[in-house]
Amino acid sequence: MIPGSFAYHRPSSVKEAVGLLGSLGDDARAIAGGHSLIPMMKLRLASPSHLVDLVGVADLKGIREDGKDILIGAMTTQHEVIASDLLTKKIPILSETATLIADPQVRYVGTIGGNVANGDPGNDMPAVMMCLNATYHAVGKSGERRIAAREFYQGAYFTALEPGEIVTAIRIPTPAAGHGYAYEKLKRKVGDYATAAAAVVLTASGGKVTSCSIGLTNVAETPLWAEEASKILTGSALDAATVKKAVAAAEAITSPASDSRGPAAYRTKMAGVMLTRALGRAKARAGF
Amino acid sequence: MAKSQVSMTVNDKKVEGLVEPRMLLIHFLREQLHLTGPHIGCDTSHCGACTVDLDGKSVKSCTMFAVQVNGADIRTIEGMAAADGTLHALQEGFREMHGLQCGFCTPGMIVRAYRLLQENKDPTEDEIRFGISGNLCRCTGYQNIVKAIQYAAAKISGVPFQEAAE
Repeated sequence: MIPGSFAYHRPSSVKEAVGLLGSLGDDARAIAGGHSLIPMMKLRLASPSHLVDLVGVADLKGIREDGKDILIGAMTTQHEVIASDLLTKKIPILSETATLIADPQVRYVGTIGGNVANGDPGNDMPAVMMCLNATYHAVGKSGERRIAAREFYQGAYFTALEPGEIVTAIRIPTPAAGHGYAYEKLKRKVGDYATAAAAVVLTASGGKVTSCSIGLTNVAETPLWAEEASKILTGSALDAATVKKAVAAAEAITSPASDSRGPAAYRTKMAGVMLTRALGRAKARAGF
Repeated sequence: MAKSQVSMTVNDKKVEGLVEPRMLLIHFLREQLHLTGPHIGCDTSHCGACTVDLDGKSVKSCTMFAVQVNGADIRTIEGMAAADGTLHALQEGFREMHGLQCGFCTPGMIVRAYRLLQENKDPTEDEIRFGISGNLCRCTGYQNIVKAIQYAAAKISGVPFQEAAE
């Protein structure tokens, strides 16, 4: 399969990249790892006239602490997320999630920025970023702004990004040491999108949940932050009755499509099952 | 569309070419360099038959453009054996352990396993299966591919290969 023709641009700075996207207009697309865009181009579902490759922009790489946050450059690959000692120590749900994305070859190239910015409801990182209350740094021709992950996703492939804007970094408030976490993903095979998946991050003290946040993947047009379910669990001992109530609240906000992964009612139920399992593992890790 | 000059190192040799930006790396390797070891299987970045080693990463050459990898260092199955024809430990392992039947997936499997063993000299069976999960084989059921990689890992480490009991 041969994509349509395009002109290739390889800027070396964010400023240059944003300038190119601004001047080339609607027919230009930014390309990060390309493992969503290139397959679309090969199918001619996307035919940009210009590709602005972000791979040469050094400022978009790297993982570092910045005060109470951790900053991850948008062009950091999933492979680098898994290999990062800092992330494995401070935000281990990220490597747990990245390990469940696609396959080794795709993880060497696919980026965390592309995963969150593309707006594909099947991508795994967006729900995790909502769960972690991350903020995206976005740069366009009018400068930089910050957008909360929980306000970023508007519909399938529709996000808060303006034309010509790119996500340059992801800022995540470092979760408390000793927090519990889990990402549970039901998929049919390696490389598949989730039938349903759930992300949980919680803290506990004295046998009670002191904070809890839940994200859900691929059970609606956008990733979901299950605020009500999180509230129900906060203050509880994660007893079976409370978990059941929270799972029902999480299932209630889903609206999956019926597709080859199963009918809508099944996928909603699986979101509940994934959440129950994720809560169980997060509880064990939080040292209840 | 204007063509771009690209140069890269492929199997330790400097190569150059003139490509349209839309030319996929797999087409550059096969059609311009006549390296037909990397195969086009699914053409949708699932099967891994087109896997090549690029700057220390295993990548699917059907899902990148040649122009993107200007300056890269690439290894394909053609660059695995020594110059005198001595097979690489992985190639020997696939032969000794019957790690292939039709052979279509084999170039991608071997090149992927090469990077896996660079990163992990003594992988467990689970680590091997996870490490090759981006490469599909429709013949073997993977059993002998895993054995072939275990054979190569042992050979590279200089220890005798012990086949696990069935």
